[in-house]
Amino acid sequence: MAAIELKNITKTYNKGSILAVDDVTFSVNKGELFGLIGPDGAGKSSLFRILTTLLIPDKGTATVGGCDVVKDFKKIRHIVGYMPGRFSLYQDLTVEENLNFFATVFNTTIKENYDLIKDIYVQLEPFKDRRAGKLSGGMKQKLALCCALIHKPEVLFLDEPTTGVDVMSRKEFWEMLKRLKQQGITIMVSTSYMDEATRCDRIGLILNGKVLSIASPEGTILSYPEKLYAVKSQNMHKLLTDLRSFRNTVNCYTFGEYLHLSISCSEEAVKEYLNEKGFSELVFLPAIPTVEDCFIRLLKEQNERNSNKDK
Amino acid sequence: MSETVIKTNKLTKRFGDFVAVDEISFEVHKGEIFGFLGANGAGKTTAMRMLCGLSSPTSGEATVAGFDVFTQPEEIKKNIGYMSQKFSLYEDLTVLENIQFYGGIYGLTNKEIKEKSAELTEKLGLHKEAKKLVRALPLGWKQKLSFLVAIVHQPKIVFLDEPTGGVDPSMRREFWDLIYDAADKGITIFVTTHYLDEAEYCNRVTIMVDGKIEALDSPSGLREKFGVAKIDEVFYKLARQAKRSAD
Repeated sequence: MAAIELKNITKTYNKGSILAVDDVTFSVNKGELFGLIGPDGAGKSSLFRILTTLLIPDKGTATVGGCDVVKDFKKIRHIVGYMPGRFSLYQDLTVEENLNFFATVFNTTIKENYDLIKDIYVQLEPFKDRRAGKLSGGMKQKLALCCALIHKPEVLFLDEPTTGVDVMSRKEFWEMLKRLKQQGITIMVSTSYMDEATRCDRIGLILNGKVLSIASPEGTILSYPEKLYAVKSQNMHKLLTDLRSFRNTVNCYTFGEYLHLSISCSEEAVKEYLNEKGFSELVFLPAIPTVEDCFIRLLKEQNERNSNKDK
Repeated sequence: MSETVIKTNKLTKRFGDFVAVDEISFEVHKGEIFGFLGANGAGKTTAMRMLCGLSSPTSGEATVAGFDVFTQPEEIKKNIGYMSQKFSLYEDLTVLENIQFYGGIYGLTNKEIKEKSAELTEKLGLHKEAKKLVRALPLGWKQKLSFLVAIVHQPKIVFLDEPTGGVDPSMRREFWDLIYDAADKGITIFVTTHYLDEAEYCNRVTIMVDGKIEALDSPSGLREKFGVAKIDEVFYKLARQAKRSAD
């Protein structure tokens, strides 16, 4: 049985004038780590809120753990853990008080489910008497995860859990998710870090309220349709500007140390163009696309389609 | 060498027994994009607040845009722009009202404000949204707008505290286009980020660990020095040494 199932889910705001979620159908398997990526305003948080029974969809049906999100909302609230995008714990309660509070609300105790949060909680323990509002970003996220786990949920919903968190803490956070997955918990997570998306079993790309593709990270990357190059030179900013004004450039953007480039001409033609422009120490290599490249490409394609529609 | 716009010497900030920023010394030059990295709690925001004239240092020396952080914080505030991670724009004002408000605060004339409003909405392609409340804008647009508002008065330096947190990969690149634009016009950029690909877009990068500067070089210089292929690995190597927990 699927842990999460959506059929033709649609949600509008402002009396139908804003289409937030547009006829979305997909399912997440039990024990799967499912990533949701998409730009701001794509509809990710609306989906999370529908699945956690905090919003009622206009159309369609959805189930979580076999329970209907509208009819069985009370049951769902017992079996899901939810970490919203905005820090929503009680800032003026201490770490321990927050955790106790959430345990009590769910009619359980910290002790009862301690094994589930132990790995995370040991890191928080030195600060257990500190108020939640005074914790650093990384610690707040860890506490929020503990609170979302304290009633031993079947399904965990994490809306951008690592925004504003440093690389080390992000790495630790994802190692925790991996362990939770091993314990059979289904996890749906959204993120703006594409390296994190790569750690999911499958990723769904969402744009303008529609899910455009669902595939494993490897599958997403393999579906990248064109050749991609990595280019580097002394003056990176000039290189970017010049490549963008080259008539055969399909897309060119920064990518860490390199620029990533896709073209509609031969490799030689673009090299010649760059030579004419006088670039020294040019490095020009084939690049292996990443999830980030796929994301950028999809977004560009969609934007072009929209701007054509406007015309 | 080009003009120095930020200079610190053993700049320190203590909160009681806790040394948040521990004798940091560095210089930033005009038009440079200077990346300021470090784990949560390493002292980045505290250091930045001192340089913005918002927090008085405990000891050491620092000048920003030629003014002393101890004695001339008000002069500093007039000559810099600051975009904080938490608060940047008034959500219940429209796009145009925010531009007018910040233009007014920084002493622009009505004529200048009018020109700026037209220029910024043009630059961001926000014509349709100009009279909408900022609350209704997607995060990426808000961040771009608040950056342009932070430099509306043509400051010498702009401080950006995690400007791209939570912003999607495409929008982050559009944000960096604006940064490059501003740097080309001679505005010095001082920026913190948790996206390590963005460290590569800086001219020079510092990595702070436990309140100290543990590395300062160009991205390629750092990779060479640490013998690694990516900045991420430099960061892991240094951050692992941290004793202070991210509290």
